[in-house]
Amino acid sequence: MSSKNDSFVVFDRVQKSYDGLSLVVKDLNLHIKKGEFLTMLGPSGSGKTTCLLMLAGFETATHGEILLNDKPINNIPPHKRGIGMVFQNYALFPHMTVGENLSFPLEVRKISKNDREEKVIQALEMVQMTDFINRKPAQLSGGQQQRIALARSLVFNPDLVLMDEPLGALDKQLREHMQYEIKNLHKQLGVTVVYVTHDQSEALTMSDRVAVFNDGQIQQLSTPDGLYERPENAFVAQFIGENNKLTGKVKSVNDSEVTVKTSQNMEVKALKVNCGEVGTNTTLSIRPERIHLNSKYKNKADATIKQLIYHGDHIRCLIKIDKDNDFIVKIPNSNIKSTLKIGEKIPISWDTMDCHALDA
Amino acid sequence: MDTIVETLKTADGTPLKKKLQQSLFRNKLRAFGLVSPLLIFLLFLFVLPIALLLWQGVYDPRFSNLMPETSNILEDWDGVSEPTEDMYAALVVDLVNAKKNKTIGKVATRVNRELSGTRSLFTSTARKASKLKAPFKKSLKKVKKKWVEIETWQAMKVASNVYTVGFVAAALDYKLNADGSITRQEEDRRIHIKLFIRTLEISLIVTLASLLLGYPIAYLMASLPLRTSNLLLILVLLPFWTSLLVRTTAWIAMLQGEGVMNDLFVVFGFAEDDDRFSLIYNKTGVLIAMTHILLPFMVLPIYSVMKTISPSYVRAAKSLGATNWTAFWRVYVPQTIPGVGAGAILVFILAIGYYITPALVGGQDGQMISNFIDFHMRKSLNWNLAAAMGLVLLVIILFLFWIYDRVVGIDNMKLG
Repeated sequence: MSSKNDSFVVFDRVQKSYDGLSLVVKDLNLHIKKGEFLTMLGPSGSGKTTCLLMLAGFETATHGEILLNDKPINNIPPHKRGIGMVFQNYALFPHMTVGENLSFPLEVRKISKNDREEKVIQALEMVQMTDFINRKPAQLSGGQQQRIALARSLVFNPDLVLMDEPLGALDKQLREHMQYEIKNLHKQLGVTVVYVTHDQSEALTMSDRVAVFNDGQIQQLSTPDGLYERPENAFVAQFIGENNKLTGKVKSVNDSEVTVKTSQNMEVKALKVNCGEVGTNTTLSIRPERIHLNSKYKNKADATIKQLIYHGDHIRCLIKIDKDNDFIVKIPNSNIKSTLKIGEKIPISWDTMDCHALDA
Repeated sequence: MDTIVETLKTADGTPLKKKLQQSLFRNKLRAFGLVSPLLIFLLFLFVLPIALLLWQGVYDPRFSNLMPETSNILEDWDGVSEPTEDMYAALVVDLVNAKKNKTIGKVATRVNRELSGTRSLFTSTARKASKLKAPFKKSLKKVKKKWVEIETWQAMKVASNVYTVGFVAAALDYKLNADGSITRQEEDRRIHIKLFIRTLEISLIVTLASLLLGYPIAYLMASLPLRTSNLLLILVLLPFWTSLLVRTTAWIAMLQGEGVMNDLFVVFGFAEDDDRFSLIYNKTGVLIAMTHILLPFMVLPIYSVMKTISPSYVRAAKSLGATNWTAFWRVYVPQTIPGVGAGAILVFILAIGYYITPALVGGQDGQMISNFIDFHMRKSLNWNLAAAMGLVLLVIILFLFWIYDRVVGIDNMKLG
């Protein structure tokens, strides 16, 4: 009961097909809480943008129901949903000034002229763009247009704002800066945000929860640290952050621990997360920073250094474990750097808890 | 301090500005070289002939060349007082020469345009001119009484002006008098203003009609997937691949009294068999045929502009709370204005000088200004008046361009 009531947006067994032959979105169930910042993350073609368009009302669900504030919205046209939206290319109306762009949603809501002007100024102050009220969008830089698009989606005080890769067209520095601003606005206004991106660092830094999409399904719905540290399947482990993987067969299961025999006959102990019974295939996932260049931990191996890449704060070390597998190890930049040489044999080890046994 | 501001120099010491100009000069020269063949072609075969023809609208040296003595003496005449004996003497000298040089016909034609009925006066008098004796006023009066009437002399004075506004005035239903004043034509001879108004009216209606018909097609083409829209585009362009003459005659077959349209009207009971609509050889026929023929010129620029408008604008408008209609009218339509402007001006300019279609299907009240220009060029051989009418038409078009530029802005025009 409680989970139903504090859900602001609900996708209930939603399916979507464009051609009647294949499903773009397969059986989507998702509850979004009021005030939450939820990110839909996934590679292109994974169905995340389709979900956003269905929520905005530009696509209709082939099957299932979408609820907004406990009301089904499948048959409500987009303009009556009261959802703010930021588009990838900003979609600022080129023939209107910044002020006219912002006052447009207020005009169609028949708000009086004085109130309109006040709200437009407020919204512009929010994104520190008051001086630009009389400019045309074409006279603004990408970052400025982005701020105006943001202000326009918020000016009519919607409870829900959708953002479709809003920072995709900006350069790296500006993108990081805008991430903070969007995050701050979200905190300040308490508005619910559904954010679509294919950039995992954006998803991890901004969101309360992230839904990882692949193949029309949510692979994992979790907090950012949960995604990185406790991936539930091989796709998530591979898609989020850097990952070293080993494939093998389950040899024995013991509570939360499994023993896995790899293709090169190495025995590895791992945390049981999402693997099958004894004898089934499994993928082991270990993060590069959890591999140690010593033999203090339970799983040990001998490796040969193949490549060293200097990254400033750390050194990426490509090492050969056996015939089939290469690992990436991140070594903090300290004195150890000078002692490593290409071709050198070194012992490595990792903890059982840092090695996740996932689906094949 | 000053030296830094004064001259920036390149590594080898030449001033930067000079070097820049040198490097740009080569580019300019190249650009000029690339356009010069077309430029020369246009200058000699397009601009020059048009300028020369238009020049004839204000320049007519025929009378003064062929009747030099008379022209000289007419220059000092005030146009109202009684012609003097000197003037008659000069006239006879010129008539004798004109007869000898066989140019009297041209002179007669020229004066006849100012005062009809004077053609035979000149030709017949010239035959006897060599035998006339002084006093010439009396002997000329004996040949034809008309020679002592002041209107004849006034007509000659008007004709003797080398640089004249007479033709332009005539094109606007005004009349240049011998004393240099300009008055309106008599009411039953005012045809040109009516013609200009009709031409503008037809062009305007055709422009509006093709906008109303073309905008939805362009919208459909822009919103359909590429394959289907390409097919539609071919259908729009199809008329371009048939000759203009064929299309126009096809409309005759469609619209005539016993034509397809009227037959259908009768079948469906919209018209009685013995009281069919007259859809052709009048203004209606011109409007229908011209709208059809000029429609692609409206559709293509609008389509090319619409194609570039991202669907996210309308989506954004809807997500901001606008109804379908508001999103269309306030967000979509304003962005298509450059295409609409380009299409409208293209169709209007083409329509205002349209010739073949009105000539074929226009009948009496569907004739446009270009048909009259053609008439004066080929039938009445009054090239000066034709040139003057062309000049007036050109001025009207330039004026409309200027208005368009003020209202919409020529930079806003987008042809694709």
